[in-house]
Amino acid sequence: MALTENDLRHLARLARIRVEDDETGPMLAQLSGILGLIDQLQAVDTRGVEPLAHALDLEQRLRPDEVTETDRREQFQAVAPQVEAGLYLVPKVIE
Amino acid sequence: MDWEVVIGLETHAQLATHSKIFSGASTAFGAAPNAQACAVDLALPGVLPVLNRAAVEHAIRFGLAAEGVVAPRSIFARKNYFYPDLPKGYQISQFETPVVSGGRIMIERNGSEIPIRLTRAHLEEDAGKSLHEDFHGLSGIDLNRAGTPLLEIVSEPDMRSAAEAVAYARELHRLVTWIGICDGNMQEGSFRCDANVSVRPKGQQAFGTRCEIKNLNSFRFMEKAIEFEIRRQIELIESGGTVVQETRLYDPDRDETRPMRSKEDAQDYRYFPDPDLLPLCIDAAWIARVRETLPELPDAMRRRFVEDFGLSHYDAGVLTASHDLAQYFRALMLVVPGEAKLCANWVSGELSAALHREGIEVRQSRITPTQLGGLLRRIQDGTISGKIAKEIFDVLWSDGGEADTLIESKGLKQISDVSALEKIVEELMAAHPDQVAEYRSGKEKVFGFFVGRAMKACGGRANPAQLNAILKDRLAG
Repeated sequence: MALTENDLRHLARLARIRVEDDETGPMLAQLSGILGLIDQLQAVDTRGVEPLAHALDLEQRLRPDEVTETDRREQFQAVAPQVEAGLYLVPKVIE
Repeated sequence: MDWEVVIGLETHAQLATHSKIFSGASTAFGAAPNAQACAVDLALPGVLPVLNRAAVEHAIRFGLAAEGVVAPRSIFARKNYFYPDLPKGYQISQFETPVVSGGRIMIERNGSEIPIRLTRAHLEEDAGKSLHEDFHGLSGIDLNRAGTPLLEIVSEPDMRSAAEAVAYARELHRLVTWIGICDGNMQEGSFRCDANVSVRPKGQQAFGTRCEIKNLNSFRFMEKAIEFEIRRQIELIESGGTVVQETRLYDPDRDETRPMRSKEDAQDYRYFPDPDLLPLCIDAAWIARVRETLPELPDAMRRRFVEDFGLSHYDAGVLTASHDLAQYFRALMLVVPGEAKLCANWVSGELSAALHREGIEVRQSRITPTQLGGLLRRIQDGTISGKIAKEIFDVLWSDGGEADTLIESKGLKQISDVSALEKIVEELMAAHPDQVAEYRSGKEKVFGFFVGRAMKACGGRANPAQLNAILKDRLAG
């Protein structure tokens, strides 16, 4: 399966990765190569095989519904770039 | 052209747990910003989610109550998108194998009950909150809500009007609060609905293009928003346009919906199984244990109220508005057996009005079922009139005590002694010969004058039926 430059731009946008113009060529080739490997996997007949959700053959462990965490906001916010009034500040997300 | 409306609802019910779905941070509402956001909720490196047993159990309760299928094995998936109130860059949700599949919620259509089918219900975590004001051009992020357990309940597109969508949402709200998995507080966002709305020419099989209306946080706004959206789509099509699939936001101040996201940002969440979480396995024994703890459900109780107590569908519906109200009614019926209609009237009348006035829930009622029952027994046996009972109710509500003691100490007993009533009537007639003459000349509305005066003379304690009979008899001459 061949990837187009539009696909690449769309994926980069979804993943918030900046791709420079001179990078698109090599990146397209590399990604298409990976998709080639996946095509080989897709070619295997998997009828009757249950999809694998996890590599470990184990069940999810559950914890009791108890509050075990204390307020450690000060410690967490000490390493945050910018805080105010208890809030983490980030670049504005709406205009 | 005749149009048919098609509506499906997606509802996020916040599950009533103490701690978050994947961390041990508190879910209590109203804490200082970020005071309840721990390392897992902040997505600090190296942390792992551990699933809350109570959140799963709530999902099982819902599956059983809605008659869906609880999956013996379900999978958590990552829903990927970037937003600052979602620190991991993905929301942990369920995609291909939800914890509950199918099920139904019954609503009324043209006087009969019909099922609104459920597609699924799945567990997921809530995101945090973004505040866009007052931070020198920056946004403030509060992650207290991040990781709060949600059950997203998705209906099939089975509703055919805004009123039906609201009926479904109300029934669903009643069910999740009834079985105790959600506090149902819509102001605090514990029960949030999004509506998918489309229209198609009547008789057409294929669905029209739908729009999703987000965050309808009251039943009233839901109805208005959907009605606006239906009108908008029909007008658009009839004037030659086409509906574009998009997400719209309802603005209650202007009573309209507006596009929220452009199509360019069409969602592509790239779901995949979350490697941090193993498959969730729910065995038959667990499901059976949960089934044993389920209370009688509102549908069943409503039917029983109609069949066993002879109540109207309307009364039964009002009394089963919440589990607590229904419990109150049942407790009251134990004190005043056989008086279902009287009990129903007082619970949905005086009691509900008093609760509403003080803004409290029925479990905080200042009058217990035993106290109210004691009062109703005295109406039942004719000791007091309904009017006096309302006065006693107010005293019981504000000062407490028992009806019998109050009736005794305040001398409120109804006068059923015929001779006492006759004496009052005779004195009245003697004092008002003109009105007696008027009545006898055919002006029957003067009758009311005598009833009023007689009631006043005895402090409202006359048995109304007896008084009427005596008055009629004497006035006739």
